[in-house]
Amino acid sequence: MALLNIKNLTVKFATATGSFTAVDGIDVHVDRGEVLAIVGESGSGKSVSMLAVMGLLPDTATITADEMTYDGRDMLKMSKAEKRKLIGREITMIFQEPVASLNPSFTVGFQIEEVLRLNLGMSRHEAREKALDLFRSVGIPEPEDKIKAYPHQMSGGQCQRVMIAMAIASNPRLLIADEPTTALDVTIQKQILDLLMKLQEDYGMALILITHDMGVVAETADRVVVQYKGKKMEEADVLSLFEAPQNPYTRALLAALPEHATGDRLPTVSDFFHQEVAG
Amino acid sequence: MVRFILSKLLYLVPTFLGITIVAFSFVRILPGDPVLLMAGERGVTPERHAELSAQLGYDKPVVVQYFDFLGRLMHGDFGNSLVTKKPVLTEFMTLFPATVELGLCAIIIATLVGVPVGVLAAIKRGSWFDQISMTTALVGFSMPIFWWGLLLIIFFSGILGWTPVSGRISLLYYFPNVTGFMLIDSLLSGQKGAFASAVSHLILPSIVLATIPLAVIARQTRSAMLEVMGEDYVRTARAKGMPPRRVIGVHALRNAMIPVITTIGLQIGVLMAGAILTETIFSWPGIGKWMIDSISRRDYPVVQSGLLLIAALVMVVNLLVDLTYGLINPRIRNK
Amino acid sequence: MSDIAPTPVVRLSDAAIRRRMLAEFWFYFRQNRGAVAGLAVFILLVLIAVFAPLLAPHDPTMQYRDALLVPPAWQEGGRTTFLLGTDAVGRDMLSRLIYGAQYSLFIGVVVVAIALVGGVILGLLAGYFGGWVDTVIMRVMDVILAFPSLLLALVLVAVLGPGLTNAMIAIAIVYQPHFARLTRAAVMSEMKREYVTAARVAGAGNLRLMFRTVLPNCLAPLIVQATLSFSSAVLDSAALGFLGMGAQPPTPEWGTMLAEAREFILRAWWVVTFPGLAILISVLAINLMGDGLRDALDPKLKRS
Repeated sequence: MALLNIKNLTVKFATATGSFTAVDGIDVHVDRGEVLAIVGESGSGKSVSMLAVMGLLPDTATITADEMTYDGRDMLKMSKAEKRKLIGREITMIFQEPVASLNPSFTVGFQIEEVLRLNLGMSRHEAREKALDLFRSVGIPEPEDKIKAYPHQMSGGQCQRVMIAMAIASNPRLLIADEPTTALDVTIQKQILDLLMKLQEDYGMALILITHDMGVVAETADRVVVQYKGKKMEEADVLSLFEAPQNPYTRALLAALPEHATGDRLPTVSDFFHQEVAG
Repeated sequence: MVRFILSKLLYLVPTFLGITIVAFSFVRILPGDPVLLMAGERGVTPERHAELSAQLGYDKPVVVQYFDFLGRLMHGDFGNSLVTKKPVLTEFMTLFPATVELGLCAIIIATLVGVPVGVLAAIKRGSWFDQISMTTALVGFSMPIFWWGLLLIIFFSGILGWTPVSGRISLLYYFPNVTGFMLIDSLLSGQKGAFASAVSHLILPSIVLATIPLAVIARQTRSAMLEVMGEDYVRTARAKGMPPRRVIGVHALRNAMIPVITTIGLQIGVLMAGAILTETIFSWPGIGKWMIDSISRRDYPVVQSGLLLIAALVMVVNLLVDLTYGLINPRIRNK
Repeated sequence: MSDIAPTPVVRLSDAAIRRRMLAEFWFYFRQNRGAVAGLAVFILLVLIAVFAPLLAPHDPTMQYRDALLVPPAWQEGGRTTFLLGTDAVGRDMLSRLIYGAQYSLFIGVVVVAIALVGGVILGLLAGYFGGWVDTVIMRVMDVILAFPSLLLALVLVAVLGPGLTNAMIAIAIVYQPHFARLTRAAVMSEMKREYVTAARVAGAGNLRLMFRTVLPNCLAPLIVQATLSFSSAVLDSAALGFLGMGAQPPTPEWGTMLAEAREFILRAWWVVTFPGLAILISVLAINLMGDGLRDALDPKLKRS
């Protein structure tokens, strides 16, 4: 049985100029311990669908789905209190802008200990020990100093490590990473990705990795979902996707990789993708 | 942080000098002979005029006069009132506590009501509470407070008879002036009913003076909260499974308070202008009324020095606000 | 899903662009019901002021000796010739209120005009040239801002002498720093943009750069500040009138009317209530409009 199972998810936003459909009837499922990559360009709705699952969308969003179950439990019928026991404990999420995602008025120590004390019921002393421990696991140097630091005093990479530490603190079964390396330096990107993969293996969590970088997909994913303008274009295991892409959009994405360039002009998506796409 | 404080202090100096220049020039741009204006005498003989001129220092070149003026300020010599013949500084210190008491009550009311209303309006954005409270705030902001005070007097003092019309305390009571704050002094005096009388005299003027700051604070709090609630870190707090009350009350509020506290501080400066009108209506014996009376009585030494003292006061308050901002904003406090 | 082939770019004329911007602005403005209500009341006010001689039943300075402190028509003792009653010297309240609209609007326009023009010029000079020009101008503005606004206006009026004109000048001087600061901030951020460098490279002189290139893009916050200052000017001039420093009796300015009415607050409520109500409604209408303007200009600002 899949850990997370979503069928026909649609998310509409009420805007000044009418209703905007960000996600249009997509199906997603993740198995225990699996690494799923959701790929697409900006505006493909890849972040919105996961934010909808987490319940982090604003009130202007209308979320409908035929099914949204976690571990067999119906998320659509859950009360707010029940959902809060899941979100932040069994399902956690990290975001694209790590520095902005941390509260500038509190130390990072406060922010991670908050999770440990409120969600896991630890005492102040226990929380402090565990926080330092987590900082070490995610590779933050000199954790005793850093734990008293404010987010603006740390680099983007370090902040993302803090975010990851907060996300794994409760030993989650599913971690959703929304473009975790896009805002970081190229040199740091690999470090963070490697860290994520190592933790995924150590903790045995399922990982949903949202990205627009096909190279990252190739290195990390077990299975891939390709999205475009809110719709699912293709879903396959990573090897099949790269060797024999079925959907013309997927083919266009792969062809647009600089590594595949031949001749004197880089191919673009529109070279491959002119047709009307069905349904 | 130290550099922050120093730069703010340094910045004050030219502004303060500018204020003294304005106060200094004030009498000299008035129509009429400055010597006579400052001495309060008319139709004097040439000998008397020369005498006064030398006495007040008007026979020296302007620049020297200015530095003499500054020198006297440093010694606390702000001249004497033409009406009471007493030193201006002494009168200022006597009347100042009345205005402070009024102002403090007003800003406390404005904050205690304005902040919660603003927070609630932001949380329930678009609801009837939001619309009604913000419209009410706009009405309060558009209110001519001298009229508002008169209306409240008509209603609460005239029709209902609940509150007195003027003054700080009923004439029945007399006790020594210890702190200058009627609320404290009436308690200290131990006389029965004195404290209640002081409170009943303070209520209406405080509400009137609090009206505009309340409106501004409510609106500012609402917009600060709305902006903060849309930030990424609030989303993270939710993603961590934090209960909504904590997300709003701890994570959002702490950051929204930074601009709000600045607003509250700045409103204190604005209160001075409102105090002038409020004190006039309620015959409240404070600095505002003193200035108005002095202007109409042509008590120019008072006007000149009063202007200077009040402006210097506002400057100090604004400096404290700036420093407080530096303290509560962690981005400035640490590195 | 539609074709991804590029659509041909349509070039619009300048006039068409402006019309479209106006239409978009009006779309957003219209959504704010309060703002539309404010606009309606404001237009009504303007009409009242313009047609005052036709609308007012009596001459505002005419004293009817036999009709002192007459209550409004619907109260006992009231007369239908004096719909809103009369004041202490027998002048018709309604007519005085109607003519008062003229004064209030006039004051608002004059004050904003002076403060705007002066403040914008100073702000432009400060932001454009920077350096010591900037420092000097901004220091002077800071000194003005150090004084509580009403107090400074009062002292200025004391210097110049009480009266409506002097009150307007005093208030305009006190408001100038707000416009100067705003303009300076907007100019300084625009100066960093590439189009300014481009225009300069193309050979545009200083004056042309300042007024035709940079200034039009700083208009939005200035418009919002102008409406705020308009309503503040009405309030402050009424305050000065109330303190006896503004328009002098028998001028039917709303604040001055309140000053004269003060001693009768417990005897004749109408002499106090109506002028204040007129001030409140006018200022509220303008502030509602200002709020709507700010909201309508904001999405456009973010868009452009």
